[in-house]
Amino acid sequence: MATPASNTMVQVTIDGQSISVPASATVLEAAQQAGIMIPTLCYLKDINQTGSCRVCLVEIEKARGLQPACVYPVSDGMVVRTNTPLIRETRKSVLELILSDHPQDCLSCVRSDSCELQSLSKQLGVENLPYPGEVSDYTLDLSSPSIERSSDKCIKCRRCVSTCQKIQHVSALGVSQRGFNTQVAPVFRHTLDEVNCITCGQCINACPVGALREKDEIQKVWQAIADPVQHVIVQVAPSVRAALGEEFGLDPGTPVGHRIPAALKHLGFDKVFDTGFTADLTIMEEGNEFLDRLQGGGALPMITSCSPGWVKYCEHHYPDLLKNLSTAKSPQQMFGALAKTYYADISGIDPRNIYSVSVMPCTAKKYERQRAEHTNRGYEGYDDVDAVLTTRELARMLKQTGLDFLRLSEEPFDAPFGIGTGAGINFGATGGVMEAALRTVYETATNQPLGNIEFLSLRGMEGIREAHVDLPGVGAVHVAVVHGISNARDLLEKVKSGEADYHFIEIMACPGGCIGGGGQPLINAQQRMTLPEDYRIMRTRALFAESQDLSLHKSHDNPNIKLIYEKYLEHPLSEKSHYLLHTHYQARPKYTAQQWVAQDRDHEDLDILVPWQHAHEPHPHEPHPEHLVPNPFAYPDYENTQPSLPESP
Amino acid sequence: MNPGQYEIAIDPQWSTAIDTIVAANAAQPGSLIQILEQTQKEIGYLPENVQAYLSEKLDIPLSEIYGVTTFYALFNTEPVGQHTISVCMGTACYVKGAGDIVAEFERQLDIKAGETTQDGKFTLEACRCLGACGLAPVLTIDGHVHGRLTSADVRNLLENYE
Amino acid sequence: MRVNTLEDLHHIKSQSQESGGHSPRDNHHKLTVNVHQGTCGIANGAKEVYAAMVESAQHYLNKDKQPENHSRDKDHQNENGHMGESEYIGEIKNSSHNSLNGIHITQTGCPGMCYNEPLVSITGPADQPYIYGQVTPENARAIIASHIENQTPIYEWLVNTAPIDKTLTAMQDMPFFKNQKRIALANCGVVNPEKIEDYIAADGYFALARTLSEMQPLDVINEIKTSGLRGRGGGGFPTGAKWEFAHNVSSDQKYVVCNADEGDPGAFMDRSILEGDPHRLIEAMAIAGYAIGANQGYVYVRAEYPIALERLKWAIGQAQDKGLLGDHILGSAFSFTLDIRLGAGAFVCGEETALLSSIEGKRGEPRPRPPFPAVSGLWGYPTIINNVETYANVPAIILNGAAWFSAIGTEKSKGTKVFALAGKINNIGLIEIPMGTTLRTIIEDIGGGIPHGKKYKAAQTGGPSGGCIPTDMLDIEIDYDNLQAIGSMMGSGGLIVMDEDTCMVDIARFFLEFTQDESCGKCTPCRIGTKRMLETLDKITEGKGDAGDIDKLEALAHSIQNASICGLGQTAPNPVLSTLMYFRNEYEAHIHEKKCPAHACQEMLSYTILDDKCTSCSLCARVCPTDAISGKTKEPYKIDQDKCIKCGACMAKCKVGAIEHS
Repeated sequence: MATPASNTMVQVTIDGQSISVPASATVLEAAQQAGIMIPTLCYLKDINQTGSCRVCLVEIEKARGLQPACVYPVSDGMVVRTNTPLIRETRKSVLELILSDHPQDCLSCVRSDSCELQSLSKQLGVENLPYPGEVSDYTLDLSSPSIERSSDKCIKCRRCVSTCQKIQHVSALGVSQRGFNTQVAPVFRHTLDEVNCITCGQCINACPVGALREKDEIQKVWQAIADPVQHVIVQVAPSVRAALGEEFGLDPGTPVGHRIPAALKHLGFDKVFDTGFTADLTIMEEGNEFLDRLQGGGALPMITSCSPGWVKYCEHHYPDLLKNLSTAKSPQQMFGALAKTYYADISGIDPRNIYSVSVMPCTAKKYERQRAEHTNRGYEGYDDVDAVLTTRELARMLKQTGLDFLRLSEEPFDAPFGIGTGAGINFGATGGVMEAALRTVYETATNQPLGNIEFLSLRGMEGIREAHVDLPGVGAVHVAVVHGISNARDLLEKVKSGEADYHFIEIMACPGGCIGGGGQPLINAQQRMTLPEDYRIMRTRALFAESQDLSLHKSHDNPNIKLIYEKYLEHPLSEKSHYLLHTHYQARPKYTAQQWVAQDRDHEDLDILVPWQHAHEPHPHEPHPEHLVPNPFAYPDYENTQPSLPESP
Repeated sequence: MNPGQYEIAIDPQWSTAIDTIVAANAAQPGSLIQILEQTQKEIGYLPENVQAYLSEKLDIPLSEIYGVTTFYALFNTEPVGQHTISVCMGTACYVKGAGDIVAEFERQLDIKAGETTQDGKFTLEACRCLGACGLAPVLTIDGHVHGRLTSADVRNLLENYE
Repeated sequence: MRVNTLEDLHHIKSQSQESGGHSPRDNHHKLTVNVHQGTCGIANGAKEVYAAMVESAQHYLNKDKQPENHSRDKDHQNENGHMGESEYIGEIKNSSHNSLNGIHITQTGCPGMCYNEPLVSITGPADQPYIYGQVTPENARAIIASHIENQTPIYEWLVNTAPIDKTLTAMQDMPFFKNQKRIALANCGVVNPEKIEDYIAADGYFALARTLSEMQPLDVINEIKTSGLRGRGGGGFPTGAKWEFAHNVSSDQKYVVCNADEGDPGAFMDRSILEGDPHRLIEAMAIAGYAIGANQGYVYVRAEYPIALERLKWAIGQAQDKGLLGDHILGSAFSFTLDIRLGAGAFVCGEETALLSSIEGKRGEPRPRPPFPAVSGLWGYPTIINNVETYANVPAIILNGAAWFSAIGTEKSKGTKVFALAGKINNIGLIEIPMGTTLRTIIEDIGGGIPHGKKYKAAQTGGPSGGCIPTDMLDIEIDYDNLQAIGSMMGSGGLIVMDEDTCMVDIARFFLEFTQDESCGKCTPCRIGTKRMLETLDKITEGKGDAGDIDKLEALAHSIQNASICGLGQTAPNPVLSTLMYFRNEYEAHIHEKKCPAHACQEMLSYTILDDKCTSCSLCARVCPTDAISGKTKEPYKIDQDKCIKCGACMAKCKVGAIEHS
């Protein structure tokens, strides 16, 4: 309805202080302007504004009872009180009620020290728990490779639900039942792996308590490090360096890339590599694939595939667009594939003894590494990537060692995967892949140097951004960049209906791209209100600062990239590249109640699944994951392969 | 090359019935609850494949539909028994002993209100006011009204359906 | 035939009255047999009674060999909305009745006397009705044979005669009706709800006609404001003011919504109106639409009211056919359509913003206010929401004027209020009283007192949101403000009477169990707070209460009142606070003495068999579900206390009163 124009101002009195605030403000925002941080719990700026937890109650003159500041609009002459005995008592009582249905295991909870409920209890002076009674008792959901769901801890604030529905348009989590039995969960008591969850982890970032967390792989990694036989290598994604500092008290937007190699060496990793290198490699493959499709009549628009959350979404929701996904693997998986082949070759280490870890801003990367296409590879049946740590897990490992992260000295990443160009580093921000690809595509297609390498119209936080790029001699290419699945869906619907016509689309599952990933340090609700700007913009700035420091800004200029093609892969899209660096996708059911139906329906009776029988037996013609694994002969049988490449410089 | 696709496994009779219901209602805004009600009337309950089918037809996320079906008392996600016993738990019936009658049914049938016996014979519901306060305490079995009951009548009532 | 003008309406009215197809009071030609068919009547067998009546009337007329009986054809057939043939007209050509030319068996809604259902009233030319109560199909045949065929009423079955002198008491003079004033219920039990002509003959749609031809929208709003009509759904918000807010918001789309999701356990006012007089609601909503500038309305009806739904659908269809809904109503520029939305069993949907969510097809969860629905309601458009009874007053106010309406009632509560009177009371039924009537009048005069000579303990109004009124407040004059002042509330109109056998702690627990079960789960205080209150009450009624429990209940109650989003949570603690206010001693007895003074809380009971009264008939042993009772012939039976589950079945079964509890 008619909302007041945001530029008109109204006068409100808060705790006796008269201030002028925009007419569109809420009482919460007005109070913040007056220097009063009203406590909140279910409120998550721009995402969840429902007024349901009742922690932010205030007194508003002429309004009945207490009112929630987070959703109450200001009006001219409004008089608000935020600190009366009734308010203090009621807020505390509300909190005591929440705590009466919350496990009392804070000391062993991953969110101990970052739990919003915990800090509120302290802030509001909860000293005992006066309302014992029935406590919710749900099964711990460990089914997902990425996300652990502990419904017992859920306080029903629904921040995750709003995120999953509104931001991601996945709706894997929903609110069901009612009253005390209200539950935030997938449908029909399914576990997360049985539904269309894309493992992006945005729900974790929204959760104020420990009900949602990443699947922890720390112990596995410690064990590998402690194993004298294992050669433990680690790759670090670009975005990690734009956010890790937050875990050590630095402001969002502080770049810490230079400290990371030393930190990881301190943990005991044998080699520390930069995923920026395989980001450059991805650009080489993906850029050439694009030119190939553009000039050879392949499926367009080509859509990027380095965001595993997006890929999984596409498999569940847009199986007919799978042919449009670039077959190039993500940088993590390219790295994984090379670590146990090329790297094993050149370093002379049995791939069985290489333990490959990646540090990612992303929970979906944990899922990606476990996809059938990337596991049980080669004759030996090893996985390309053995463990994925999120930025948060890396921070926890570092804290476990007592290392003073802020005093670490600058060290370079190790060769041969130690150099990423600015193009590869920019992968971390929405638009970064497209920008990097365009630089390489332009110069590859035209054989002319690209003057201005910055595609400013592709930068920023707009949900959907686009650009026309003229490739002399080839023609104009129309490209688009989207982040957040909800935006992606809007765009794809336009593409499907023919309303939009693009050649190349970059899609990142998470808002802001990888810097806003589900594995990044948590930015709590209060920070989201008080930070000078969107934390994703701040992190993007840090990422660009990191890339700005580098001397090279085009993936094809990376000397190690040139070398690896020269010595090993031959050229982009070579047979070897295809086997190692490209992959396949498969349709996945959107609903548990779906089953595979082969095309030749005339010869097959449609099996009717008995309604209560959810278990899904693979149909004889259903693409079995195994059939999609690239032919294993591409992997060297180490026993028969002699090191053939010189040490890279 | 498209080897096939995922489809919702559903009895074609059900999907045809749902198609008709959706076609008749979907044009109206906010028609989900009507559609669910009519579908349940047709099929008897709202199992997962039916809800998934509706999700696809209506372009409403399944979790939202599931949220609705588990919110309203009218909807069943499980099949109901051969006979449905609805004991009125309106205040008038309660002050006249409806609580004892529910308790007695629970004992006799070895289920809780809202559940169905293992043999699928009886579903026991504690329902809201039937509006037959003059007959309190009152219950219906398959829509037939029985009034002015005591817990002593429960055994006999059940025997009629054995 | 489409009604385009006021003249058309007058034409239908006079035609309907002449044909005798209308309500008994205007029927000068036929003997009208009226089988009352509300849910309560139908539950008691009214449908079978109607069938028996028609069958034996046919038989009787066929015997005269000159029948031309027929069932009246419907104006149109409607697949969904039709409850079946709703009337039967038998012509008598050479009648032995001088003044009669036929029998007209019709069906109407509930007149309110639930305690006497099924009811059949027979009205002859210029007669008072003969009202038969608790009619069975067998009785129905006997009534046709005696009352119709032999012109001999069966006096002992009538409910409106003095027992001895056989004089008929006029309906309005019966004790049950004498203190009532029927505005909202005026047509219930009088008109055939499936016949729009019946409603028109009773001045139906004349208020709409007047509105469209003589009044500006603001005139309508002023009339409603001046009348003093307040919302009958519970809160008592002034109806005219609500309409004015919505009127004042400019928007190209607005909505009129009727809340017919009557969820109060023990209230069935709305249902009776929908079943007995659906056109009144349709007319009122159209008037409201005109007043605020809306051309779409929704009636949100519980799916648990199948008869009400059918009749409302049917009525909407008739109104559309007559052009009283749809485009250019009565030849005016005003268009209005009405659709039904189903309430699917969630009490919280009685809360207006939750109701809006539900109409939108979502979980029925309340939304923050402001923005209020009058500004941003259904799909974000200005919306007014009133309940059925509120609307049911509107046509009468327009026709009779605000002054007429505001002359009824008390200073701040105008008009009448419908109550569903039930519980431990003789005359269970639906009553409509002028505001300001005392509770004593309701209990003792209208309700006929407490059965079995038991003592009145309390009356509960406002359902799960209300409170209890104790004996020493029986003389309270019922209106919004008085009820609120004593810790109860008007509510939608449930009025449950309790006697000395009712435990007030258990009643509080019952209501908390209800609200806990119906809580939507959105806000913390209602989701968890009511659960904790219920657990504490469970504990107390099980004899496990602790000394601090009452204080804890009170503290929690106040938090929940202050902190909940919507009315359901804000008022959920009322039954506890109200019983604590007036029956604190019962709580204390449960907690400190581990005793239930009303002998109602089973966990604290023990059943014993009185040796001197037991006749060893073994009935108790046979009915015992746990075989806790045993005995031998000629010896008193015994109860094994370890096995006894205190279900009370034995006591209910014992014919000699040999079982007592303590």
